[in-house]
Amino acid sequence: MSARNEPAGRPSWAARRRFSGAFWRRPWLKGAGLLGLPVGGYLLIYVAALGVLFISAFWSLDPLSGKIVHSWGLGNFRTLWHEHTYWRIAGRTIGIAAAVTVTDVILAFPFAYFMARLASPRLRTVLFVIVLLPLWSSYLARIYAWRLILSNEGALNWSLGGLGLPHQHIAYTNWAMWIVFSYIWLPFMILPIYAALERIPDNYIEASRDLGAKNWTTFRRVVLPLALPGVVAGSIFTFSLTLGDYITPILVGNTQFIGNVVYRNVLGLSYDLPFAAAFAIVPLAVMAIYLVLARRAGAFEAL
Amino acid sequence: MRRHHRRVLGWSATALVVAGLAVTAAGCGSSGSSKSGASTTASNLPTSIGKGEGKLSLIAWEGYTQPDWVKPFEKQTGCKVTAKYAGSSDEMVTLMRQGGGQYDMVSASGDASVRLIRGGDVQPMNPKLIPDFKNFIGALKSPSHNTVDGVHYGISLQWGPNTLLYNTQKVTPAPTSWSVLYSPKYKGQITIPDNAIQIADAALYLSKTQPDLGITDPYELNQKQFDATVALLKQQRPLLKKHWGLASDEIDLFKNGDATLGASWPYQTNTLEADKVPVKDLIPKEGATGWADTWMLSSKSKHPNCAYMWTKWVSTPKVQAQQAIYFGETPANTKACPLMDQMSPGSCKQYHADAPASYFDSIKFWKTPLADCGNGKTDCIDYNQWQKAWTEITG
Repeated sequence: MSARNEPAGRPSWAARRRFSGAFWRRPWLKGAGLLGLPVGGYLLIYVAALGVLFISAFWSLDPLSGKIVHSWGLGNFRTLWHEHTYWRIAGRTIGIAAAVTVTDVILAFPFAYFMARLASPRLRTVLFVIVLLPLWSSYLARIYAWRLILSNEGALNWSLGGLGLPHQHIAYTNWAMWIVFSYIWLPFMILPIYAALERIPDNYIEASRDLGAKNWTTFRRVVLPLALPGVVAGSIFTFSLTLGDYITPILVGNTQFIGNVVYRNVLGLSYDLPFAAAFAIVPLAVMAIYLVLARRAGAFEAL
Repeated sequence: MRRHHRRVLGWSATALVVAGLAVTAAGCGSSGSSKSGASTTASNLPTSIGKGEGKLSLIAWEGYTQPDWVKPFEKQTGCKVTAKYAGSSDEMVTLMRQGGGQYDMVSASGDASVRLIRGGDVQPMNPKLIPDFKNFIGALKSPSHNTVDGVHYGISLQWGPNTLLYNTQKVTPAPTSWSVLYSPKYKGQITIPDNAIQIADAALYLSKTQPDLGITDPYELNQKQFDATVALLKQQRPLLKKHWGLASDEIDLFKNGDATLGASWPYQTNTLEADKVPVKDLIPKEGATGWADTWMLSSKSKHPNCAYMWTKWVSTPKVQAQQAIYFGETPANTKACPLMDQMSPGSCKQYHADAPASYFDSIKFWKTPLADCGNGKTDCIDYNQWQKAWTEITG
């Protein structure tokens, strides 16, 4: 169309045609053009950083000058293995991450089920907004809010006092961390489960009923297996986010996570980056094992 | 085909999540700071303060850079001040080493200053450019924590004791000894700083309660004394509500009623009292550890003129008095006492600005524990071991 208005011989027009022609003749160029920037950025920012982390874990720190010695050794991993302090910290981190994940599944599943299969479209929108609303405010602000709720003279004990119940000392304990983590990551569990439940066709459930299955049997043998990939996807979020966090333990806890030890070694105690890198590999390894198991369970089939 | 696609997708998602986690877990990772052993000798010290560079970047203890005295300084000199609070001496040392030339000055306590001097992170300063230097108390003109072989690496600022803070309504009778911090009676109501130098507080307590250990200096501990101290801190661990990182954390703990007893600085007491929280502090009968701070100039400072102007400014009697009252510490400048009483009657005596030299000597000031005990023996536990033990205690 536009060719009629513009004289055919204009150089810019010809160049443009050659340009798009090249893409048409070589489809791989299209892919490269689209993916070049994101893949380049991914390699440069994600993978390179990971590589540096992995390599520096084998370096060490000269105790006198405080400088990094660029020679290979397993010293950092040996320290991690032999000091039971680090076992305790890793165990606590993984344990609370697991507890948070289980809690979030229990809380999120009924909620997501109601949203996906029972709520009217209008109610569903309202529920969506309620789930997403906390994400619009700062993560720090929400943790500080919990600090105020749980503190000795906070909202929780004030309400308990009003009801004539004894005061609870939850602030700055592992219980506080469990509550706050479960709260903060809950939306990341609800959304994937919702997505999985919403995709189950109604006629599967009708077919199950036609074949004589009771409600509970239908749920157990049709709904649950089809929702499982969503549950696993959500658990990857809640588990890995808890595993990598170090701010919540500082603000509402009284103990350390792996991230706190990493932070202390980067800024604080000794600027021992190699040791920090070595400890940072622990949650990485845990997560890798978790993902392999999740894959075996078929969690990625529905992606 | 489709199945294959899904598998690829699955694996790339796996890789992405792992990579994302790594970034979260590792925090930031700029590798290695290069240190140039800046060996400025006394001969090439500046002899006058030049024109200000318009900027000054400080690492300070919380409460050391209040607008009350920073604003007039900025107005007068045109040096725009940015300050970063640090919660411990370790953090200060790390920031100075890691930051390159990012920071001009640091308000280092005695346990950090020696490390900074040895590491070549700070450069000598000329006290002749600080007119108020001659009014400083004798002990802080050339103290061993900032003066090496007659070379001044920085100018002293303020000093004070680490105190025992308690809630007057919840803790009765009023405590007189550090023993309350180790007493199961107050389980879940105690808070102490998250700082390896805190081991010295426990050692000081043991030096009085278990004299047979033979602790004379809480920073010079042999293996047996060190083990006993660490054992005491491990015993104390379950009694703690929380280890506080920044002074504001401890203030929150006391305000919300989560803690009623704590190892503290006078700054927290002042802030809490201003908020009408019923607290008091004291130096218990066993004595106290304390700090003597120095403004030190980074060897890579880009704004040395502003840095000298700042040091000059904070040494003047008025600013010394303001800071002493605000933080609750003792000024190095003896001329600050009458001004303190003008600003807040009785404050000169309250913060010991008129106390005799013996009071200064009674405080065990923070210093870096070294293997060299100072008495010819070299069997003391060095700071690396202190840090390791601290990780074990708090982990």
